[in-house]
This record gives sequence, structure tokens and C-alpha cells, in this order.
Amino acid sequence: MTKYLLRRLLYSIPTVISITLIIFLAMRVIPGDPLTSFYGPGEVSALTEKQRANIIGELGLDDPLYVQYFRWVGGVLTGDLGKSFFRTMTVGEMLAHRAPTSIEIAILATILSWVIAIPVGLTSALYKNSFMDHISRLATIFFLAVPNFWLGMLVVVFSVLVFRYHPPSWTIQLWEDPLQNLSIIWRPSVIIALGAAAPLARMLRATILEVMSEDYIRTARAKGLDQSTVVSRHAIRNAMIPTITYSGVIFGFLLGGSIAVESAMGIRGLGSLLVSAIAERDTLMAQNLILIYGIIWTFINLFIDVTYAIFDPRIRFE
Amino acid sequence: MANTLSNLKGFFRRNPLGGASLIVVIFLLTIGITSDLLVGDGQNGDITFTGWSETQGDYTYMSGPPNGDHWFGTDQTGRDIFSRIIMGTKRSLIVAMVSVAAGTSVGAALGIMGAYLGGKTDLIIQRLLEILQSFPDLILALLMLAAFSANLWTVVFAISITRIPLSGRVMRSAALTISQMDYVLAAKATGASSLRIMFRHVAPQCFAPYMVLATAHLGVAILIEASLGFLGAGVPAPAATWGNMLALANAGSFKPLWWFVTFPGVSITITVLAFNLLGDALRDEMDPRLRGRGL
Repeated sequence: MTKYLLRRLLYSIPTVISITLIIFLAMRVIPGDPLTSFYGPGEVSALTEKQRANIIGELGLDDPLYVQYFRWVGGVLTGDLGKSFFRTMTVGEMLAHRAPTSIEIAILATILSWVIAIPVGLTSALYKNSFMDHISRLATIFFLAVPNFWLGMLVVVFSVLVFRYHPPSWTIQLWEDPLQNLSIIWRPSVIIALGAAAPLARMLRATILEVMSEDYIRTARAKGLDQSTVVSRHAIRNAMIPTITYSGVIFGFLLGGSIAVESAMGIRGLGSLLVSAIAERDTLMAQNLILIYGIIWTFINLFIDVTYAIFDPRIRFE
Repeated sequence: MANTLSNLKGFFRRNPLGGASLIVVIFLLTIGITSDLLVGDGQNGDITFTGWSETQGDYTYMSGPPNGDHWFGTDQTGRDIFSRIIMGTKRSLIVAMVSVAAGTSVGAALGIMGAYLGGKTDLIIQRLLEILQSFPDLILALLMLAAFSANLWTVVFAISITRIPLSGRVMRSAALTISQMDYVLAAKATGASSLRIMFRHVAPQCFAPYMVLATAHLGVAILIEASLGFLGAGVPAPAATWGNMLALANAGSFKPLWWFVTFPGVSITITVLAFNLLGDALRDEMDPRLRGRGL
């Protein structure tokens, strides 16, 4: 087991290095003059050659690519994420300012998705083809199809029209005013959770149905155990394995999915920061944000593989 | 012909929801294919079905609610939302179908090669897929589009890249079992080259999972395309896509008008729903073991 874990960890090193290379190269071939978005197209042509060279030198854009690459990676390793092109804050400060909201939403949404998916999936499987099953399957199919950022927009429109409620357009941290903070994050969390609960409930239903037709369940029944004991002691345990592992995938889904939802609902988190960084060609900011997403996602994949190995003895010593 | 017809009848009977989604998909495809005829180009005022082009503004009726002239209303600059939805249908379908076909096929080729050749090739391909998988789909697509300026084909490229890893993994596991079969060994004994065995003998047997994957990916691809458009990284304006129409609605004001928000969102939902249901039905048809399971 330890050997397997070590090997997987070792494998993720070249992966992370490749991620940094892909991000770096992609961000360098971006079309357009980096100074254009900085100064606007009118003023950039008004700059003298010398001013241009000065600014480019200050930003370190005149060094050879490999120097820029190692400066970036070296900085990241020592905790220095560099300066934003436009903002007065450093990338690190921006992250510290924006990340808590996104993390809160991700955690709340994960918990909510479990709270929704487990009862729905269980009811659906145990009362297969019942009225409740049909309703929950319809809901599942619907929430798999509806774009979550659109749902977010609808909620915003609805709150404005019906409740005349505007969410505050600035950041309120949890430790500053917990209630206000919660009032900002609960809407996006519910919307993201609904989207995440759909595949989770679907998966849970399929797995429980599969487990319930296994021989050992029949054995348990033959011993005279009642339905609730069979379900709670025998079926759910095995059905939970793929479901737990799947929530890793869900968390990754939250990472990607929250970007559009944050933008739709005016939430000032990491996702909306990434979108504006890419739009404004704020290279270092975008680079570091994508790197963070990439590293988290790599470790989620690692986590999924390892939990599989822990829970399923058949692949333990693969 | 009679056989196909009775097969189709059987499909509708076994899977009415799948049948309904097939009809919706055919309807959407028809709209997509005829979109240029339905919507005029606004050049010489020729009479078209909608009566408007996607970029032409009706300045007497800006931000107007749906009426007899503009069935879905108009946007801030008086452009006909119905015409824009139709053009958006065309773009969504092109992006989804081409990117899924390309991404799933590249993934399938890599997966089959890895499974059949094994050893170092397999290891390298696996690492490659893992690297692509290290980014959430939307972020990988955003990164690609940051590097290449966005147009219809770079969006197709960006989305197809995100479809490769899953397809590679699934097709590899399908091809692994097939590579072990006796008839593949027999083909090897006749002296067939690896390339020939992979593509003439192994690949055709992987057709069922390939089709199931491709249909399942179509819905995801449409959602990614819409998200990219919404985030301003998709096909650029003035060309209409469902995503950039929603972005426009969101940018407009604190109080977006309901017809700005409703029609593009409903279009996305119906299309993704139809493709997902069709994919589920197709999976049930092609893999009888799964029939009646799942959804």
C-alpha cells in the first residue's frame, strides 16, 4: 500500500511540472502586445521606444523565455507569486482576499450536494419505479442539463424583481460579518450543489441497484434480516465506495463550475478573478490561478485513485 | 429498409423518452442546417422566415418584449432574439459535433494504441492523458483560448482537447480485453502489422463504447461552449451564440429583461437534455446488460 502511494505521488511530480510548462507556454503565445491592455490602444502607440523598453524591462518580459519560466516557478516555490500587471496588490494578496469566498462556496456546496443526493439516490433505488423514483430521476436529468450559470442568473433576476434584493457588490469575509457573508454565499452554493447532486444521486441509485442484486444480499435476506438492516448494514456500505470516490470528481466539478456561476452572480471569488485576469491579459495572475486549479485537480485525481485502492482490495496491489 | 424501420419502431417502444429526444435532436439539426435560409444576412433585405438577420438592429423597437414581428423580442440594440437563437443553434451544434468527433476519436486512437502496444507506449500515453486531465474542462478550454484568439474553430479545438482524456481511458479499457482475444492472436499469426490489427481488428470492436461516449459528450460540449461564450472567451460578437447572448443580458443592467435571459437558457437546456437522453437510450440499446439500469 505504502509502495503504491509512493509510486502514485512520484508520478504526479512530472505531471505537475508538465502543467507548469503548458500554462507558461500558453500564456506566452497570447496574441497582442501586453502593454496594449495595460495602457489602452491609443496610449500604447504614444509611448516612446525608450519608455516601452523600460516598462517591458521592469515587468521582466525582455528576458529569455527559460529565465522567465524559472523565475516564475522559483517564485511559486518560495511563496512569491509575483505582482499583478494592473493592480496595486500582489498576486498573493489578491488570492488571500478572493480565495476564502470560493473555498466557502465549494465546501458548503459539497455538503449540500451530499445532503440532497443521498436521500434522493436511496429513495430512488429502494423504491424503484415508484412515483418518487420517477420524480427524482426527472429532476436528476433536468439538473444535469441546465447550465448552472443560467440558473444563477435566474435567481439574481428573481431576487431583484420579487424581493428587490441586491447582493452587496463588495467582499465581506466570514470573520468580518458572518451573517452578511452567508447571505452572499448561500445562493451560489445551492445552485452549484444542485448541479453536483444530480450525477451523485444518479450514481448512487445505479450502485445500490447493482449491490442489491448481489448474492450476499440474498444470503443476508435468507438469514432472516429485515429490509432496513439489509440496506443499512450490507448494501449501503458497498454502495458508498464509488460514491465517496465520486465526490472527488464532484469537487473538481465545483472548481470548474464555480467560475461561470461566480461571474453570473457577481460573486468576487477566484473564478471571476481568473476570468478577468485572462480578459485583461494579466499574465502572472492568470498563470498562478490556473496553476492552483491544476495542482488541486491533480491531487483530487490522486485522492480518487488512492481511495479506490483503499476501499477495493481487488486493485490494492496493482 | 424494412428492417431499419422495425428496429426504429422497437427503439421507440422500448424507450419512449429516447424516441422523443431523437425527434428533438432531428428538429434541432434541421434548424441548424437551414439556419442560413431561415435568417437573412441583412444585406439586400430579402424575405426570410424570421424577417431579420442576426446583426441587424430594429431601431424602432429596442429592448422590446416578444411581439408578432419579433417572436422572442429584441435586445438592447434592437436585434431580433429569435434570429440570434437560430444562428446560435447552428454554432452550438457545429462546435459540439465537430469537437466531440475530433476529441473522442483522438482519445480512442490513443487508448487503443496504448492498450494494444502496451509497455512504454502505454505508459507515455497514460501520462499524457493524465496531464490533460490535470485541468478541469472549463479551465483547460479557457487556457487554450487565451493562447489562440477565439473564433469558431479555436473554440472547437479547445473543447476537443478537453474530450480526449476520458475517451482515452474508456477506450483503453475496452481495447484491453479485445486485444487479448484469440482472433487478434490469429491476425498476428498471419503476419498482419500492428497498425492493421489495431485499426482493422481491434477498433471496430470498440464501436459501441465509442458511440455511447460520443453522444454522452455532446451535452457536455454544449455546456462548455455556452460557459465559454458566457465568460467572453467563446465565438466573438457580433456572431450570436447562446452563451454570449446570456453574457449580454447579464452585462445590460441590474434588472435584465426576462426575454434576454429566458430564451438562450431554455435553448441550451433543451438541447443538452435531448442529447443526454438520447445518449442514455443509445447506451441501453448498445449494451443490453445495462438495459433498465441507471436512468
